[in-house]
Amino acid sequence: MKQSKLKPWLYLLPAIIFLGVFMVYPLIDVVVYSFEEGYNFVSQTSNGTGLYNYRYVLRDPYFVQALKNTFVLVIITVPVSTGLALLISLALSSVKPLRNLFQTVYFLPYVTNTLAVGLVFMVLFKKTEYSDGMVNLLIKAFGGEAVDFIDGPHWAKMLVMCIYTVWIVLPFKILILTSALASVKEDYYKAARVDGTRPSRIFFRITLPMISPMIFYLIITGFIGAFKAYSDEVALFGVDLNSAGMNTMVGYIYDMLYGNSGGYPSFASAAALILFAVVFTITCINLMVSRSRVQY
Amino acid sequence: MDEIKKQSEYDAIERTARRHRIFRNIGLYTFLAVCAIAVLFPFFWMLITSLKTQSAYNGEVVPKFYVSDPTMGNYKEAFTAVPLAGYFLNTLIYTVVTTALMMIVIVPAAFAFARMRFPGRNLVFSLFLSLMMIPTELVIITNYVTITSWNMRNTFAGLILPSITSVFYIYLLKENFEQIPEELYKAAKVDGTSDFKYLLRVMVPVAKPTIVTITILKVIECWNAYVWPRLITDDRSRFLVSNGIQEIRQNGFGRDNIPAMMATVVVVSVPLIVLFLIFRNKIMEGVSRGGTKG
Repeated sequence: MKQSKLKPWLYLLPAIIFLGVFMVYPLIDVVVYSFEEGYNFVSQTSNGTGLYNYRYVLRDPYFVQALKNTFVLVIITVPVSTGLALLISLALSSVKPLRNLFQTVYFLPYVTNTLAVGLVFMVLFKKTEYSDGMVNLLIKAFGGEAVDFIDGPHWAKMLVMCIYTVWIVLPFKILILTSALASVKEDYYKAARVDGTRPSRIFFRITLPMISPMIFYLIITGFIGAFKAYSDEVALFGVDLNSAGMNTMVGYIYDMLYGNSGGYPSFASAAALILFAVVFTITCINLMVSRSRVQY
Repeated sequence: MDEIKKQSEYDAIERTARRHRIFRNIGLYTFLAVCAIAVLFPFFWMLITSLKTQSAYNGEVVPKFYVSDPTMGNYKEAFTAVPLAGYFLNTLIYTVVTTALMMIVIVPAAFAFARMRFPGRNLVFSLFLSLMMIPTELVIITNYVTITSWNMRNTFAGLILPSITSVFYIYLLKENFEQIPEELYKAAKVDGTSDFKYLLRVMVPVAKPTIVTITILKVIECWNAYVWPRLITDDRSRFLVSNGIQEIRQNGFGRDNIPAMMATVVVVSVPLIVLFLIFRNKIMEGVSRGGTKG
């Protein structure tokens, strides 16, 4: 068999070129940027190297705010969405009729444009001069007080942000968990039933251990996804997230790069590397925990 | 006598079990239905709001769950007051061209990794895989600078070029190509079929399900793209739908015309929902294999 030595590389060439220009080079470049002090976009010059960019970013109140928001979002939405998805998937897998219909409905948020549906959430939660909005009417019906969830207090905004995030991420989790549940062998359940095992015991001793790898997969991807939250926030609170006090880490990076407060690729790079370090550390911790807990 | 007693005991047990099952099912279906309503409510709300006139909507202190006087005027407004048709066309061009170019790039790469023998193959493949861990946020900064310095802001080239390759899809396709029996390849070689012809005539048709899955996932991704287009376009005539929606949120229609806004949202959401309903199984299977949104 004769094969020219160059041919395989010819097949790989387009991919290598694109990856090189838009992934590998930027990867090196972002590190370089992050250490270049006072980089000027127009003249493409800097005045020295050092840790100034990192210091600046870490001291920037907007960054601290973004960091806090992101952590709150992660800590609340990952457990809530994973738990809720588990409940829904368990319910789904114990019914037969209409299961497909429910599955289709639950998957819908995945195929929608987050910016578009975010507008609907904004309308539902917003208080205007004409009306208190749908959600506030519900709150009032239960005897509560109307709050402006979009331009109001910080906790209210965080709440909407978490609700919307959970709504957006649920479909993926439900999908993964229902297929994980379906792949647990029927024999285990049959054996447990013959032995007269209680349902709760079946769940904790058979179901949960069997699907634990998938749960951990979802927790890890959930962490990563929530750390990268950005578009959902823009949909709810508009592009000026800093003044709304609702910025996220990714939002901070983009704001440093572009827009009214933009033009600082060095600061953006430093922030991006900090984000990467945080996500990387947490993923490693997750993996370590899962190795000691998950049964494969 | 004993027989009869046993029988009735058995019946009683059966009855309680059935009652339990019924209660359990009522509970399960109520829970599922409540969740389904929570998922569907925003869709329902955008639809009915989009059919209300602006004055009717603003007049409702308590929003109504029905439309007393439905109008299509908001949809007309959505296409006339803002260049929605233009946004759609841009998104369509962006989606089709990006997906097509991506296929041209990833299919040969996957083929080379799956079938060709050459020194350094494993090394290069490992390098490719390690790129999968790199988040877009990290590379987008330089890409932004690159595209700007190439004077490609507000052009389709600038929008499309950075999103053409996906290591993950190369990986997915390579796995699929490898499942195709190697004997077919050897037979084709003996027959003197060229690699390229073999790839197009045998590999691609056999791997069609995976290719369709990748295409659909990429189309969804393109349709919802927001961050990169926002960085690279500030000229409204180059906006994609996501950016168009954002623009409308900030200052379209006069900020209080919620019904027109909702009409736009409906128009933007419908294509993907239709695509989903047609390819339901393919999409769900593809996402569970390769989706990472969450």
